[in-house]
Amino acid sequence: MSDSIDLTYVRTEMLPEQTPPTNAIGAVRWVRENLFNGILNSILTILSILAVIWIVMAIGPWLMNSIWNSDSLSQCREILTAAGSVNHEGTHGACWGVIKERWPQLLFGFYPSELYWRPTVTFVMMCIAIAPILFPSVPRKVLWFSAAYPFLAVFMLWGGSIWVTITAALGFFLGFAALTGLAGFGTLVATTGAILIPILYWLFGWTPLSDGLTNIMPWGIEPVTTSDFGGFMLSIIIGLSGIVLSLPLGILFALGRQSNMVLIKTVSVVFIEFIRGVPLITLLFTASLLLNYFLPPGTNFDLVLRVIIMVTLFATAYMAEVIRGGLAALPRGQYEAADALGLDYWKAQRLIIMPQALKISIPGIVNTFIGLFKDTTLVVFIGLMDPIGLASAIRANSAWQGIYWELFIFIGAVFWIFCFSMSRYSMHLERRLKTDHK
Amino acid sequence: MAMDSGAPKESFRLSMLLYDSRYRSYTIQIFVLFCLMLGAAWLVDNTIKNLAALGKDFSFSFLWNVSGYDISQRPIEYTSTSTHARAAIVGLTNTIILAVMGCVTATVLGVLAGVLRLSTNWIVARLMTIYIETFRNIPALLWILVFGAVMAEAMPAPRDFRGADATASMSLFDSVAITNRGVYVPGPLFDRSLGSVDLGFISPSLDALAFIVVVILSIWANKRLVNHATAVQNATGIRPVTWWKSILTLFVPAILLLLALGFHLEYPALRGFNFSGGIQLRSSLIAMWLGLSVYTAAFIAENVRAGIMAISTGQSEAAAALGMQPGKTMRLVILPQAMRVIIPPLISQYLNLTKNTSLGLAVGYMDLRSTLGGITINQTGRELEGMMLMMLIYLVLSLLISSAMNVYNNRVKLKER
Repeated sequence: MSDSIDLTYVRTEMLPEQTPPTNAIGAVRWVRENLFNGILNSILTILSILAVIWIVMAIGPWLMNSIWNSDSLSQCREILTAAGSVNHEGTHGACWGVIKERWPQLLFGFYPSELYWRPTVTFVMMCIAIAPILFPSVPRKVLWFSAAYPFLAVFMLWGGSIWVTITAALGFFLGFAALTGLAGFGTLVATTGAILIPILYWLFGWTPLSDGLTNIMPWGIEPVTTSDFGGFMLSIIIGLSGIVLSLPLGILFALGRQSNMVLIKTVSVVFIEFIRGVPLITLLFTASLLLNYFLPPGTNFDLVLRVIIMVTLFATAYMAEVIRGGLAALPRGQYEAADALGLDYWKAQRLIIMPQALKISIPGIVNTFIGLFKDTTLVVFIGLMDPIGLASAIRANSAWQGIYWELFIFIGAVFWIFCFSMSRYSMHLERRLKTDHK
Repeated sequence: MAMDSGAPKESFRLSMLLYDSRYRSYTIQIFVLFCLMLGAAWLVDNTIKNLAALGKDFSFSFLWNVSGYDISQRPIEYTSTSTHARAAIVGLTNTIILAVMGCVTATVLGVLAGVLRLSTNWIVARLMTIYIETFRNIPALLWILVFGAVMAEAMPAPRDFRGADATASMSLFDSVAITNRGVYVPGPLFDRSLGSVDLGFISPSLDALAFIVVVILSIWANKRLVNHATAVQNATGIRPVTWWKSILTLFVPAILLLLALGFHLEYPALRGFNFSGGIQLRSSLIAMWLGLSVYTAAFIAENVRAGIMAISTGQSEAAAALGMQPGKTMRLVILPQAMRVIIPPLISQYLNLTKNTSLGLAVGYMDLRSTLGGITINQTGRELEGMMLMMLIYLVLSLLISSAMNVYNNRVKLKER
């Protein structure tokens, strides 16, 4: 029986491999899987494609017809009409001439044009100063330049006698000298001295000393008043000062809110909740309208400085909350381990708690920085010439009356670049500092 | 006892105030209190001196003076002969209207964008990423100005609607007119109106009040119905059919009331140089509303995305194992759990939006900051009082929002035992 089985149909060799059907490979497969894998997704895809087409149709020709060389809107429109770039609503094309013509103004505001080199040099120095903070591969010695940078920047931008800056910086040296010189009398005496001596110096010694030195050696550069500051320079000045100052203050208030001392805790909570409860614009108005009430009669200090203080206080409250979140997320055992090692409060904070808590709160901290930088635009409401204020000023000129989109796009793009790179850097930093197992 | 004498009995020394951690905190606190009081005294003293030098006093009586300025958007009755206090309340109402409109729209847009950003659909996810990154990284003020410019520059003027060769036309079956002066939408009218009740301060329309009462009662009745159905289901295992009863209780009383009051819509129509009839949503309101909504929605979308991604994949796998479809998994398994992660940041986004309504000045929206904190201060010269009052109102508003949302947060919070 078994012999009779006919084995002629049994294949002895494998069939050659066939190529898969065309709709299951390559682009077709990708499109099927990612764009049309269901009715809802197909509808969404078609709607999205229509939206993209609509946006490109609306903006594309306008961008394609861009005119870069024109001194006024009317001239730009003439060029556009001559080129035939018109639709039913009139000329259709972007007039970027406004950016080209007003470029220095958008960057520096009404800063004297022969002194443009000063903010430019300050900006380049800023890049050098923040490089060692951002990237560990930069030599550590550059950090000394970073420490000196705030004084350099103030001197370069505000100008005036060089001695004002140098004698102001002297206060910090006095503080440092007190800290090391008085170390023999105990930590408490040294710390008190390091805080009190510079404050006393700035209150009573600074002005006479700088005036005296200026009289003897009148070295300096031309002073510029802050009412001439403007454009992205102003945004960066306010934003960067706020960023640099709000982080340490925020740490202090976050610690204050966690403190066991009732009074310290109450003060911190009231400060944080008050600042977070009111809009920044009311604080800015306080700076411009009310600060004269609270200060001794006759004092009048720089509006930009007042704005920096208010923006810093505003960011500090948010920063404190972000850092408090980081502190709360830290396991209890870390605090107990620091205590078990016999570390005192500040040593425990500096060596154990803060490095971990700050690492946890990096995304929140950078978000606060980004928010602060965007909020610098609000200074337009108290009459400072930030980019948005300049946009209105440029429109007020008859040459560029009625120009909106080009200015908005340019200002928005610059802010976007700054904020987006900040958020990307925070992601990079998170990855770099990640120590847990993947 | 003998055991007690083991520890050396220390008498209190003055140096312990600094070096003994039991007493040091008191020293520090007393020192801080001293500094704070000194600082406060300095500030108050300066203020008194400055006020005296300017010949001003500190009083809120200016609130009862005639304001003398007009407000374009008046949710409650207001004329230029009303008081400054009333102007402030009109401004506050405008702030609240904008905040509520903005929060609702931002939530809807934000949840949509956040969910769609996680979509498997390549192009949709990319578009949402572009939207979120664009709007998050550009200041809110710029967006408000952009929408303000869109309304003022790109929309047709009312005269474009006129005549046979009109270049613009009304949308949505001739009921909505979008012009550069604002958006005109149909407004409600009642033939047999109940009138309004005069409370002296405000005079709310009785029609609106009756409608609100009826709707609240219907919702309450529907809730009773659903609770009863759940009770029956728990007792017997069979859920009674309730959907038609729900529809009846929810809609029939309201519709009956509207019929009884002779409700109809009044459509905007072009009369003279402008539209009249219906409700005008001014350009400033539209610009603020759209600007704040799309800006805040980008942040809410990121919160929603983070919340959804915080739910472990095991949850959606378990749902898939139970045979749930993706839509149901999202609605019944993922979102209820994600809500707990999403709500705390959502609260702060609502607070941010409410505080950002103070940017209304940029497009001329008459909010609290523009009335009390703007024109009133300029006219009366009462910066100190006006700013203090305005800050207090914003503070109360923020605390109200955060406490209301915290109550909700506590209700949905995971009850751990």
